[in-house]
Amino acid sequence: MKWISDTSLDHLRAVASHPDFSATKYSLLRELAHGGMGTVYLAEDLELGRQLAIKVLNTPEVSEEMARRMIREARIIARLEHPGIVPVHDVGLLPDGRVFYAMKLVRGSRLDEYALHEKSVKDRLRKFQSVCDAVAFAHAHGVVHRDLKPQNIMIGSFGEVLVLDWGVAKILRESANNSSEAVTLRLSPSESNAQPDSAAPGVEGFTSDGTVIGTPHYMSPEQARGEVDRLDERSDVYSLGAILYFLLTDQAPKGENTNGSNGTQRTELVVKPRSINSKIAKAAEAVCLKAMAHSRTSRYEGVRDLSIDVGRLLDSEPVSAYKENAFEKLGRWVGKNRFLVLLVLAYLLMRIFLILVPRG
Amino acid sequence: MSKPLIGILLGAILGAFDGLTAWFTPAVRDQLASIVISSTFKGIIAGIAIGLFARKFHSLLIGILFGLAIGALLAFLTARFAVGGYYFEIMLPGSMVGLIVGFATQKYGRTPAAAHG
Repeated sequence: MKWISDTSLDHLRAVASHPDFSATKYSLLRELAHGGMGTVYLAEDLELGRQLAIKVLNTPEVSEEMARRMIREARIIARLEHPGIVPVHDVGLLPDGRVFYAMKLVRGSRLDEYALHEKSVKDRLRKFQSVCDAVAFAHAHGVVHRDLKPQNIMIGSFGEVLVLDWGVAKILRESANNSSEAVTLRLSPSESNAQPDSAAPGVEGFTSDGTVIGTPHYMSPEQARGEVDRLDERSDVYSLGAILYFLLTDQAPKGENTNGSNGTQRTELVVKPRSINSKIAKAAEAVCLKAMAHSRTSRYEGVRDLSIDVGRLLDSEPVSAYKENAFEKLGRWVGKNRFLVLLVLAYLLMRIFLILVPRG
Repeated sequence: MSKPLIGILLGAILGAFDGLTAWFTPAVRDQLASIVISSTFKGIIAGIAIGLFARKFHSLLIGILFGLAIGALLAFLTARFAVGGYYFEIMLPGSMVGLIVGFATQKYGRTPAAAHG
């Protein structure tokens, strides 16, 4: 009897699980990413001659629920037609019963990779605002993402921002203004009410069926507690606040371990961004902490409000999250009108010079 | 606030201030009132011209250069009619005021919406 080595066994497994696309118009080129629910491949559309990304359910022997969820993910993305959300081109079944969907191939880097080489806070905030716009659009259509994190945001080669991985998104309601979409894309009641989750925080990376919603450091406290029914737009606001925290500090938010009155450890307070980097503006810190407030009623009501405050930060205008004193107001005004202030100072110096230097 | 209005206000304030500094020149202190009035008037004229220019042309550099030129021209005319030949003392600050107004009118103030149709 001849034993097969582990390496050979792994290879055989890989070949066996390799999806068969021969009956479709797609040709797989290589694997791009592997997650708990599915694997994303680089593929080519043989009819149109373009490259795209195809997400395929991992194994054929999956539960019907898993397949249904994948179709649900494709439908959720399809209903969200926005420049900041990757469009889905096609959805279908492979001969072995695996569900797949084809989407636009995004070339670029993830937000966390982008942050490694982009040090300008203003540029980072502009990208963050684009993320807010895409998420606000989804919210307006009744969809909450529930797994926003830098790894799920792509910055394209031309600077475009795309929010990915809507696999654990929750549909709060049918949008009132997309009745035509609702006709074609409406999910069945069982799909729209599906709660995939008894939240079990602790796993980083792809969200997998029935085990995890969200990612530690980026999920809201109510999400971490598994209060699925209470999750709404403000849960995404928290995650966006955590992303802003990352963009300001280059670190994922960490809990500030303090002892509660009953001696238990509480981690509801995050370490303040300015204690990591004192150069961060107080207003920027306040915006971040307001979005990440432990109580969801203390957070921004919606992503749009958060986006407006980020826009004000970019324009050196006062933000709703921070009440500045007279000196800070003056400092902000001087900072915003630096060149005018320099010109006036130059004028005054010149005047003093003319007064002091006697006429020769 | 419109660009010409910004020009007028800034020109008047800086012009008046410019005139008031004549108090430090004992030889002309007794003419302070007329100097302040004429300097303010000069600032307003420069402000209108520079503000209207800024409404028409949107370029920071050209706006600053135009302001500088208008400020220098008006200051030159003032110095020419002033007794004592204070060319340097009048033209340098006058040009500087024009430059500041040129910058401010390009940077601030709203431009009327472009007509459609």
